[in-house]
Amino acid sequence: MDKMVPVPSNAIIPECDIDKTPILETHHLGIDFGGLTAVDEFSLTVGRTEIAGLIGPNGAGKTTVFNLLTNVYQPSRGVIMLDGKNTAKKTAAQVCRMGIARTFQNIRLFSNMTVIDNVKVGMHNSINQSLASSITHLFGYKKSEKKSREEALELLDFFGLADLAQHKAGSLPYGEQRRLEIVRALATRPGIILLDEPAAGMNPSETAELMENIRKIRDEFNIAVLLIEHDMSLVMNICEGICVLDHGKIIAKGSPEEIKNNPKVIEAYLGKKKEA
Amino acid sequence: MTFISNIINGISLGSVYAIIALGYTMVYGIAKMLNFAHGDVIMVGAYISFCVTSYLKLPPLVAVVAAMAVCMVLGILIEALAYKPLRKATSLAVLITAIGVSYFLQNIALLIWGSAPKTFSSVVPFDSIALFGGKLIITIESLVTVVTCIVIMIALTLFTKKTKTGKAMRAVSEDKDAAELMGINVNATISTTFAIGSTLAAIAGVLLCSAYPVLVPTTGSMPGIKAFTAAVFGGIGSIPGAMIGGILLGIIEIFSKSYILTMLSDAIVFAVLIIVLLVKPTGILGKNITEKV
Amino acid sequence: MNRYKTLNKFTKTNIKAYGIILLAFIILFPMQKMNMINNSLSGQLVPICTYIVMAISLNLTVGFLGELSLGHAGFMSVGAFTGVITAVCLQDAVTSDPLRLFIAIIIGGIFAGIAGFVIGIPVLRLRGDYLAIVTLAFGEIIKNIINCLYVGVDKNGLHISMTNVSALGMEGGKLILNGPQGAVGVTKIATFSAGIILIIFTLFVVLNFVNSKSGRAVTAIRDNRIAAESVGIGVTRYKLTAFIISAALAGMAGALYAMNFSTIAAKKFDFNTSILILVFVVLGGMGNIVGTIIATTLLYMLPEMLRGMEDYRMLIYAIVLILVMLITNTPKAKQMIEKITHKIRKGVKSNG
Repeated sequence: MDKMVPVPSNAIIPECDIDKTPILETHHLGIDFGGLTAVDEFSLTVGRTEIAGLIGPNGAGKTTVFNLLTNVYQPSRGVIMLDGKNTAKKTAAQVCRMGIARTFQNIRLFSNMTVIDNVKVGMHNSINQSLASSITHLFGYKKSEKKSREEALELLDFFGLADLAQHKAGSLPYGEQRRLEIVRALATRPGIILLDEPAAGMNPSETAELMENIRKIRDEFNIAVLLIEHDMSLVMNICEGICVLDHGKIIAKGSPEEIKNNPKVIEAYLGKKKEA
Repeated sequence: MTFISNIINGISLGSVYAIIALGYTMVYGIAKMLNFAHGDVIMVGAYISFCVTSYLKLPPLVAVVAAMAVCMVLGILIEALAYKPLRKATSLAVLITAIGVSYFLQNIALLIWGSAPKTFSSVVPFDSIALFGGKLIITIESLVTVVTCIVIMIALTLFTKKTKTGKAMRAVSEDKDAAELMGINVNATISTTFAIGSTLAAIAGVLLCSAYPVLVPTTGSMPGIKAFTAAVFGGIGSIPGAMIGGILLGIIEIFSKSYILTMLSDAIVFAVLIIVLLVKPTGILGKNITEKV
Repeated sequence: MNRYKTLNKFTKTNIKAYGIILLAFIILFPMQKMNMINNSLSGQLVPICTYIVMAISLNLTVGFLGELSLGHAGFMSVGAFTGVITAVCLQDAVTSDPLRLFIAIIIGGIFAGIAGFVIGIPVLRLRGDYLAIVTLAFGEIIKNIINCLYVGVDKNGLHISMTNVSALGMEGGKLILNGPQGAVGVTKIATFSAGIILIIFTLFVVLNFVNSKSGRAVTAIRDNRIAAESVGIGVTRYKLTAFIISAALAGMAGALYAMNFSTIAAKKFDFNTSILILVFVVLGGMGNIVGTIIATTLLYMLPEMLRGMEDYRMLIYAIVLILVMLITNTPKAKQMIEKITHKIRKGVKSNG
């Protein structure tokens, strides 16, 4: 009986994860839209503090997988286990409370609210404030507001956004908006964070900073990260396990080395090599 | 006999709603907006027809054509002045502007024609048909209304399927930007849609007042709301849906008036709308569109 | 003045809002007592208060929650008639007018809140234009039903019927609701002070709610519903909360309004009233409470000021509404306004 739970890569599991249940497991996950099967036989395991990557050509179904994992879509078949618990039939909000958070391909900030309010909204479920307290501004209102303000500023500071706390989220430059979205997701205190193309539109130095931030997230918060990316240098550098998706099905799983040299992966991205 | 009489009246009233609903559904499909002022264009059409027959003493057919012409121009003007500048605005802003236009039309009518009700002279001034020894009376208005509705629906369906402008309209409904990139003149298409919708409103106004001859500035308001209800009921954006929704709603209204309480008939009509929207939010013939995340 | 600038936005809004209301009270109350204002303005005081409360409560739904409600007058209606029924039933039991008014307003608010709950559950699942039409439908349904309602009270208790007066089967007693004629013979116990107190209560509830965890959740839902769900906010629950609060406040306003007149019919609370209040909210600025107070007062007083133009009143409303929407929503106009406000601000700074 293996003491190790099978994870995308057998070789590179952080020491601390070896005897722990994986934070995320899917078994034969699939979804159909009308007659079109968008995702099929998607089985993945992510270790408790693993940085994992989900890659594949455009239209492969990667964001659809994210939508399935966060219950934005209900799967047509298959099971998702988050921290050992089945997420079937839960709403997106309920699933978030079970410990999963995400960012979006097209940034979805609360653009008319301030930066700090965006984070406070992320902290919604950990702020202790009843409706009566909200309306009367008594019964612990001041205390909970103070606490949430401090925690929010702390989180923002971690990513260098504390100075912009009072700015309107929609007025931030693109890179900062992306960072804010990550901060907001982290504010929900998830066990795993899903990042959808976090490096989109970034230049090499911003991408390097992002890599540092992702490592920081995993190290400081002790959570797992699953990211969708097209930037191969980022993926190969930072991911411990990689899963490759094409036309909704997994075509390869393994360490960066294994994936780089996998002929199926190369074919999916570059097309079949023409016979000479 | 009352039952059959009710069915006929229901279908006839429903046909009027259907014609109005067609205007709503086309505009909603293309401009993604609820043209609140549509009901009041009906009222304008009725007043124009009234003026032509009462003051200019011209035959009913001229009155109808005049109403159609004036309303067509009115529809194009409203779109150009009030809705086009707001194409990129939130739907809330457009809706409120439409409400403003609706009020504007009602009050202009009030100023021009006063609040005293006008007696509308029917555009089909023929005697009713009496069947079964006078027990069942079918008015010519009802017949004309139903026939007109069917003709319009067939004409519109052919228009949108076969003609170039019609296809352009469908393209703009699906994806405005893509249509523009394909070389379709989006502005002209939207104006045409409003023109057609308003012309239909004029016809509806004339038919409505021929059957129910009391005309005041607020005459168009309630039928407009009910017709929008019908459009949503049948599936907004769907031409056959507008027809089915309209007729069903007309039948429900007449039956409620007859068998339940006249006072509650409006409430029942609206209750039906609510139930439909809850059970099948896209209406009877509507399509389910999943949101892209 | 400098200390004012350092205060946070919430405190500033509070000062402005409560300040305006208290100022109005301090000026107008003694004037009314000393008969220094003319009859028509005096008669408008309570209605203005109720419309301000209606507008602020609608702003909670439209401005902060971001959902268009076209049936707000329906909640006013529920509050008005349950309030009147309560007041008449308690006429002998509670002789103090202010106390009776207070109880009636509370009861009106509670029933309107219940209506908000009942209507909210189905309605808030819909979005955008569909939600608007359904709220409109509910408003009309409420109006229709109240129009058919006959209510009377005698020594045996409360009698309710939908057919006619005699079906009530009352022995003596008092007729409260007379079908389409509405409520008749209502004792006018509404006062300007009660109106001001109600406004202050409304400000307290709405301003506090908006600046709290719940308020942030509601604004987040408005800005991006999917993102709000993704951070674990139960969307329906918060939509419902805001909607119920908004309905309850409208009900309280309705109760106050009804007890300012000796007769009141359901026709008064129809689609046109809902639209009127929406106009106040839009022109005052969505999410802008202070703006709503000012806009409601001005627009309500406008007909008085345009005495000779009675016929043109609604026409001018309509034109103003269209123009304001066009100006605030077209990019070119927006740019021009920004330039002008920027210049004004610079001018103030250099002179200040």
